[in-house]
Amino acid sequence: MQPMSADLEVRIRKRFANPEGSFNLNVHFRGLAGFTILFGASGAGKTTLLDCIAGLSDPDDGRIAVGGEDLYDSEKKRNVAAWKRRIGYVHQDLALFPHLTAEENVAYGLQALSAEERQRRSREMLAAFRIDHMRDRRPAQISGGERQRVALARALVTEPRALLLDEPLAALDRPTKSLLVGDLRRWNQDHRVPILFVTHNGEEVFALGDEVIVLDAGRIVAQGRPHEVMHAPRLETVAQLSGFENIFDATVVALHEDRGTMTCALGTCRLGNAQVELETPLVRADVGSRLRVGVRAGDLLLATENPRGLSARNVLPGKIRRLEQRDVIVAALVDCGGTEFEVHLTLAARDALQLGPGKAVWVVVKTHSCHLMGN
Amino acid sequence: MNWEAFWLTVRLAAIVSALLIVIGIPIAYWLTYSRWRWKFLVEAAVALPIVLPPTVLGFYVLVALGSRSPLGRWWESLTGHTLAFTFEGLVVGSLLYSLPFAVQPFAASFGAVDRSLLGASASLGHSPVQTFRRIVLPLSKAGLVTGFALSFAHTLGEFGVVLMVGGNIPGVTRTISIDIYDQVQTANYSSANQTALVLLIISFFVLSVVYGLNRRTSAVGPWR
Repeated sequence: MQPMSADLEVRIRKRFANPEGSFNLNVHFRGLAGFTILFGASGAGKTTLLDCIAGLSDPDDGRIAVGGEDLYDSEKKRNVAAWKRRIGYVHQDLALFPHLTAEENVAYGLQALSAEERQRRSREMLAAFRIDHMRDRRPAQISGGERQRVALARALVTEPRALLLDEPLAALDRPTKSLLVGDLRRWNQDHRVPILFVTHNGEEVFALGDEVIVLDAGRIVAQGRPHEVMHAPRLETVAQLSGFENIFDATVVALHEDRGTMTCALGTCRLGNAQVELETPLVRADVGSRLRVGVRAGDLLLATENPRGLSARNVLPGKIRRLEQRDVIVAALVDCGGTEFEVHLTLAARDALQLGPGKAVWVVVKTHSCHLMGN
Repeated sequence: MNWEAFWLTVRLAAIVSALLIVIGIPIAYWLTYSRWRWKFLVEAAVALPIVLPPTVLGFYVLVALGSRSPLGRWWESLTGHTLAFTFEGLVVGSLLYSLPFAVQPFAASFGAVDRSLLGASASLGHSPVQTFRRIVLPLSKAGLVTGFALSFAHTLGEFGVVLMVGGNIPGVTRTISIDIYDQVQTANYSSANQTALVLLIISFFVLSVVYGLNRRTSAVGPWR
């Protein structure tokens, strides 16, 4: 039985250093039972945050509680030692004990139990993670994916009150990843504890998250359901992280409330400069207000003639400046009246349309491919 | 070859290096994990015997063991005689003399244990002492053997401290190096040569064990 509230409550500040300088980690959130994704570029403070929750590093001040019990409270001068916190933590580098076998690693956290009970539980967990057959091998003698499973099994077998996973899938290929995610989900159905899952991979956010928290330079810049946060980013850091190749400054020119759209002028306003206008989804904004528009390069179309009879609202004439081949994708950089768009095409499309620098093209932008962000 | 001096020396070295395992591990533990800002002073003090002339060290030990010091008086009230010029006094002097040769390899190997392993052990519910016993010590085997062997070899060859603290009492404090000195003083070169050779061979053997043991972990440059 789980206690009434299994939530993880975190409200801390801590100064930390990364290669770009020192930041103030300043976060306040509540992790409910289930997956919460901590998303952010490296150096955003994700690992520092996990270390504080695990008790391996002390915050400057604030409060950390799990299941209603204070683990750290600067006001009450309370700071529970890491080894008494009962919080599972899988490090980025796994930190398997090199001198112990897989089974001994998994059994390590069960020291309070009798030898038989310890063996029964760790074998059960090894079987659940399909690594039972290599229980007598040392970490150096098993593959990366197997090591990852040993590390997860070792943390889960202790039935922690919360689970911290620092990029546990980073080094894995896709099939292995989804298998492990399935294992984790199944475990989490029986053990309704909060799982904080760190990643800087946008795909994993959608695959896993019930809730995503975006961390940038130590602060939470967005929080919500993955599709809300990732698909309609209101912040530029989110946009860059989630893969918008095109981000433009824009000014709201007109609102079309009846159509649910509005018109935005791209680029900075300069007299005598023919501006590019885009019809975008309507957001709560006034005419003249400034915001940013993010568009994925893969969401754009190129035409070599002025297309007609299209549902897309935005067709912009322009000229190809440059073509870059990136593996099997061709990135076309198109100049539309002073605004440059990056458009991703297939090799076949490039050849069929005989695209090359200087060629006149039309860039097609769907209204709902335009994602608006606050400035 | 003076077998009495030989076995006395081996006995001294074995006792001292065994005791240094017991004394050196807690000191090395503290030196590795303490965050005390003046820790470097203790590190310097532990390393002193490496640079100090043995006669200086021996002189202070002699003073400390004598009946004027609290330690000397305590020992005298306990046993009825002073520590100076006894085998036990030799052990005390040698412990200090060889301390850095045990503590430094211990501390180096404790410090080489990946910190993330210590964090993982804590997250799995192990106290710092339990973690030390189950993770740090087993992963420091090479450092422990190195410290044991180095302090053994170092004690085998000591001269100045022994002379100051123990004098030259056959069967009690006369070690091999003192014996060699005596033989040279009496122009008994062939006997001195024999004893010196034995000491050389033993020392080389012990050091070979140390370096052989650390072969895999010692750095091999990329220019190999």
